[in-house]
Amino acid sequence: MPLKFTLASRNLFHDRLRFVATTVGIVFSVVLVMVQMGLYLGFGRMVTTMIDHASTDLWVVRKGTKCFEDPSLLDIKKGRDIVNNPDVTEAVPMVIGFSDWKLPSGELTPVFIVGSDLERHSLDPWNVVAGSIKSLIGHDDVAVDRTYKDRLGVSKVGDKAEIRSKTVHVGAFTDGIRSFTTTPYVFVDLSRARAYTGVPRDKASYFLVKLKPGANAETVRKSLQASLSDVEVLTPAQFSDRSHDFWLFGTGAGAALLAGALLGIIVGTVIVVQTLYSSTKDHLDEFATLRAIGSSNRYIYRVIIYQALINAVVGFCFASLIGYGVVALTTKGALPVVITPALMAAVFALTVVMCVAAAFAAIMRVVRIDPVMVFTR
Amino acid sequence: MSDVLIEATGVGKVLGRGAGEVQALKDINLALSGGELTVLMGPSGSGKTTLLSVLGCMLTPTTGTVMVCGFSTEGADAEKLAKLRRDHVGFVFQQYHLFPTMTAAENVQLALDVRGVRGKTARSRAREALRKVGLEHKIKSYPGELSGGEQQRVAIARAIVSDPSVILTDEPTAALDGENGQAIMRILASIAGQSDRSVLVVTHDPRLLAFADRIVHIEDGSLAREEAGKAGVAKSLSAAVKRGDFSKPDGSRRERGGAANPE
Repeated sequence: MPLKFTLASRNLFHDRLRFVATTVGIVFSVVLVMVQMGLYLGFGRMVTTMIDHASTDLWVVRKGTKCFEDPSLLDIKKGRDIVNNPDVTEAVPMVIGFSDWKLPSGELTPVFIVGSDLERHSLDPWNVVAGSIKSLIGHDDVAVDRTYKDRLGVSKVGDKAEIRSKTVHVGAFTDGIRSFTTTPYVFVDLSRARAYTGVPRDKASYFLVKLKPGANAETVRKSLQASLSDVEVLTPAQFSDRSHDFWLFGTGAGAALLAGALLGIIVGTVIVVQTLYSSTKDHLDEFATLRAIGSSNRYIYRVIIYQALINAVVGFCFASLIGYGVVALTTKGALPVVITPALMAAVFALTVVMCVAAAFAAIMRVVRIDPVMVFTR
Repeated sequence: MSDVLIEATGVGKVLGRGAGEVQALKDINLALSGGELTVLMGPSGSGKTTLLSVLGCMLTPTTGTVMVCGFSTEGADAEKLAKLRRDHVGFVFQQYHLFPTMTAAENVQLALDVRGVRGKTARSRAREALRKVGLEHKIKSYPGELSGGEQQRVAIARAIVSDPSVILTDEPTAALDGENGQAIMRILASIAGQSDRSVLVVTHDPRLLAFADRIVHIEDGSLAREEAGKAGVAKSLSAAVKRGDFSKPDGSRRERGGAANPE
């Protein structure tokens, strides 16, 4: 181990109370950044989860549609126009919309109906943990997430409820399909969706377009876009990005999360600046001695930067543990914190940059050290 | 006498600015040669430490020149001065200035580390330096576990480990009792016994004169007088005894040839 590193670590650990205080500060700021960014990722995933799980090559949406939950409707005849394209095999309509779910107690609670053609598997509920999707096809059965059992007043497959005064039965429970709007998703067969949402028979929310094998999606997308009026033809990625950008930036939610992360970076940097600066001031005699015995400024900078790196690594390790705890606690929550390996790597890099940048204040102090002070102290 | 290792010619140094400006050194001409222990004496405020700083490449002179092992400090910036110190000068300070969180061996190794000498070589050289000052059994001790004399010996080991041509010491025995002070001076004298090494001891403790090959007196920033050789040193010692400056130190006999013997 380099002696510089030994000196740096001993300088830090010598004053344990200050080291603990610094570590707490760094942990606080890194956790703040991690959680804010994790919420950002989690939110981003949630707002596009339906689009990401749909089995389609292209989406046809009403012009100006901003997100999956957009209530704009398309003329059902558009479906015929779409399948006239030689590269299209099918255009499956989909119906979505808010509705009311009547609990056994008689109370009403809002739900979000996702009506897809389950026979053609355009958007099947996933993570089914009880019951069967097949029971939904052509029947009054629905699939809901098990985390909403209490909210919807159901406890097992076969339980009865009402949507818009129509009796439904729970045909399947899923796990982890939660809505960021807190309004539960209710999966139903397309044949029943209009009755639950009030969407007229001649309308649909979307068309999910499947292409012939080998067809170029972008070429077909452009061709459909040119031939259809009042619609937008989007690839899943485009629709996902649009939905993501709308919810995160159109509503300001993402900006708030990013602002929180920025706040974390600022707080962390200030804490490390203060600590390293005061630690350096406390060790000025030692740095002056190093200078007197011939060390270069660069040598001393390295000692200080090692201190910053030690702060960064120790702070990050503790922050990671807390971060993973937060992930575990929020997995089943309304808004899970998602920490990916890429996010971990980015936050680590950020922590290192933050601590090293903070070291510059200390370095600026050391630059002014006069080695002659060793004779006077 | 061996080669001149440090030479100050017409050195003047002004410290402070404006109303606080002080002429700390005036027209100093001094040469330190190998194989020589020079004692620089003078009252407080006479310019001893400033001269030590200028000779040790911590300060550049306002006027005149300083040559260290053939290299001039003229126009040198802080980094160049640091390099001159690194290459040619070892320091021993009154307050030791050891790193409290490092062991004796690590303190000594630091002097090598700043010079880019690391690993096994550094460890073995540090151990050897500590052996030379009689502290090989304390290499793992921290400064807080060592007596003042032992700490100063670690500081000497740190000063000599990189084999500098010149060792500059500032009141090396001031914080020590008589016995430890004598021991430190014996070590410094033995270092100066090498023909390629010069030791300058700044002090106002006359008991150390017994170890000197040469005594330089500084007053008000100027060199007042100089005594060299056995006769000169004996004269200084005798004068100090007459003034009652000190009791004759025990074991003051020099441990190397050619040194003055106060008795």
